[in-house]
Amino acid sequence: MTEPGSTDERGTVTTLATPIRLDFDFTPGIAQSKFLRGLERGTFLGQRCPVCRKVYVPSRGSCPTDGVPTTEDVELSNSGTVTTYCVVNVPFAGQSIEIPYICAQVLLDGANLSFMGLLQEIPTDQIRMGMRVEAVWVEPEELTPSLASVKYFRPNGEPDAEYETYQEYL
Amino acid sequence: MSDSEVLHAAHSLEYPYSRSVGPVIGAFLTGLRDGRLLGVTGAGGSVIVPPTEYDPTTGEDTGEMVEVGPGGVVESWAWVAEPHPKHPLDTPFAWALIRLDGADTALLHVVDSGGPDRLATGDRVTVRFRPEAERIGAMADIVAFVPEAGAGR
Repeated sequence: MTEPGSTDERGTVTTLATPIRLDFDFTPGIAQSKFLRGLERGTFLGQRCPVCRKVYVPSRGSCPTDGVPTTEDVELSNSGTVTTYCVVNVPFAGQSIEIPYICAQVLLDGANLSFMGLLQEIPTDQIRMGMRVEAVWVEPEELTPSLASVKYFRPNGEPDAEYETYQEYL
Repeated sequence: MSDSEVLHAAHSLEYPYSRSVGPVIGAFLTGLRDGRLLGVTGAGGSVIVPPTEYDPTTGEDTGEMVEVGPGGVVESWAWVAEPHPKHPLDTPFAWALIRLDGADTALLHVVDSGGPDRLATGDRVTVRFRPEAERIGAMADIVAFVPEAGAGR
C-alpha cells in the first residue's frame, strides 16, 4: 500500500491514546466502615470469627473459611511483622511515591491476616522478612476514615520475629 | 463526621492505554488529522472504510488508500435522546452507519440532525471536522456528520 500523501512536518499518526476509565461511587458497607472509622481514630480495628477465632483486618464482615458473620470487634496493635515485601524500582503512570520504595505485607500483632503498607525510614537494601514495624499516623486533626490516615510503617527497633511466628501468613 | 453517616467515596479506575495503530489505520487517522476521509481497496476493487489491513472476505492484504466522502448515505441509525457524559456530543444525536461516497462499507459515527424527526435512513449527510488546530489523528477529529445542504427535511 502507499502512504496517503500527508506531507506536513507532524508525520504519520502511529499511536492512539485509548484510556479506559470507570467512575465509581464506592460504599464500603458495615464491616469495612468499622475499619475505616477506626482509622479515623488512629486505630486498626479487625473482627474475629466466632468459629475459627481468626482475626481479620480489614474485615469483610464474614469468615471466608467458616462462612459465618464476624461480629466481635477487635482493636489491634499499632505494631506488626513484615511477612514479605517488594522494593519498587519501576516508574509507572500515576505513581505518587518517589522510587525506590518498599511495599510490605504487615501482620499486625493480634491479627491473622496481613495487609499491604508503605515502609519508610529504612534504606531499601536493609528491609527483611520478620522485621518488626509500627504504623506512623498523620497528625490527629488530619485523620480521616481512609488508609491515607496511615502515613507509612517504620522499623520499631524490636528484634526480628522468628520465622515460625509468621510462616502461616506468607 | 458521625459514625452513623454512610461512608462513600469517589473511586476512578483508569487504564491509560496507548495503542499502536499500524500502517493502515495509521494512514486513516493521519487522513482525519489532515481533514480527509480515507478507505482502502479490497478484493474485486471494493473500498473498505474504515480501512483494514486484510480484506474481511478473502483475508488477502488490502491495497491502495483512496479518498472517500466527504458526503455519504445513512444506512441505519439509533437516536440518543439523553447523551451520556462520555458521549461525543452533549446534545441529542444519532449513532449511525454511514456509507461514504466511493465506499462499499459503512462507517459508524454520529449524526447531528437536530432531532429524530429530521433524520431518515437513506438521507445524505456530510462530514463536519474539528478545526485543523484541534485535530490529533483520532475518530473525534470528526465532530459529527450533518445533513447535506439542500437535503432539507
